[in-house]
Amino acid sequence: MSVRHALLALLSEGPKYGLQLRQEFEARTGEVWPLNVGQVYTTLQRLERDGLAESDDPEGDGPQKGFRITAAGDRELAQWLRTPPEATSPPRDELVIKVLVATRMPGVDVHELIQVHRRHLVELMQQYTYLKAEAPEHDVGLALVVDAELFRLEAVVRWLDAADARLVQLPAALPAAAPAVAPRPARRVGVRR
Amino acid sequence: MTAVLELRRVSKVYGSGPTEVHALREVDLEVGGSELVAVMGPSGSGKSTLLTIAGSLEEPTGGEVLVGGSALSGMTRNQRARLRRRWIGYVFQDFNLLAGLTAVENAALPLELDGVGQRAARTTGLAALEELGVADRAARYPDELSGGERQRVAIARAVVGDRRLLLADEPTGALDSVNGEGVMRLLRAACKRGLAGVVVTHDAQLASWADRVVFLRDGRVVDQTARPPGAESLLTRGPNP
Repeated sequence: MSVRHALLALLSEGPKYGLQLRQEFEARTGEVWPLNVGQVYTTLQRLERDGLAESDDPEGDGPQKGFRITAAGDRELAQWLRTPPEATSPPRDELVIKVLVATRMPGVDVHELIQVHRRHLVELMQQYTYLKAEAPEHDVGLALVVDAELFRLEAVVRWLDAADARLVQLPAALPAAAPAVAPRPARRVGVRR
Repeated sequence: MTAVLELRRVSKVYGSGPTEVHALREVDLEVGGSELVAVMGPSGSGKSTLLTIAGSLEEPTGGEVLVGGSALSGMTRNQRARLRRRWIGYVFQDFNLLAGLTAVENAALPLELDGVGQRAARTTGLAALEELGVADRAARYPDELSGGERQRVAIARAVVGDRRLLLADEPTGALDSVNGEGVMRLLRAACKRGLAGVVVTHDAQLASWADRVVFLRDGRVVDQTARPPGAESLLTRGPNP
């Protein structure tokens, strides 16, 4: 997540102090994404360096220093809002690798392993849902953040469910432990370094 | 404290010989008052069978089902029917509202079937509709209601009067995710008021509304979540959980 652009967005509402930016950022993300003060100040310094924000006291320091967005900052923010986020899969999805490895390991019950991860993910989803359930209904910020996490985790659970079902239907189609001729990897999605 | 619902080594076999299907295999499950339990599993894992047996709509081929501490097997047909009307509420995927009855008549139906006078039953039915935020739809027929409203009426019917056990099979049906969440909030709230709830689903988001999630596979309970969700924290997990 871009802390840099989140801070620019807060500054687009009007000039603010560093400490105030941190508090508002946390409040609006339902306190699900804590920020430390150092992170806020480092980011503000970079925004200032890049001409996207300016301070009322370029020489000063500390929590009383106020910041405002510049015209360049406004343009950067508008462009960022419309830029699609990086949606390609991470270089290595650890869970996918674990399940793949397990399918080839003698003595490992893949279904049991899948269930261990499924339970862990559902427990995490329960924690997020609890946050949403206990929050006041008007806390839309929290609901949006929590929904994003829930949909992401749900997608992983659904992948596990599909993997589980595939391995029941096609156990014989598992990759052989030692292929006579190593197949040339045609697709490298998800296993890049 | 006695569990509201208890399944002891419950099994269910359909057919016999080569066509025999083991829908449930020695399932143990306890659900207490104020607790919402989700039973999660793929199609064919035995979820719906578990629910119909727990709700006394079907009999197990082995084991024992106890509701409020009383074994269903020791009851006559009439006693079981009375138990279903008084104690158990059902919520189905397709709502199952009667098309020829208004919302309040649907909600009051279990009470009227149980011999409660029409006026008293409708008053209680209306109170249930009010609790679910659809009292202003009391005089409407199901086909005059939106999907979300129909499901609220179905939940009102399931919790009307003095119910102790709420059983739901994929209760959000074809509702979109926000309306589906509304349904889960209502089921959760009903359980917080003291009911024992069991919801069966293949959907992890729905299951995550429960205090406890039980995983079913090939008719067996294979796992369950460790502890009820609480405020402890995600918030201390760091910036990028």
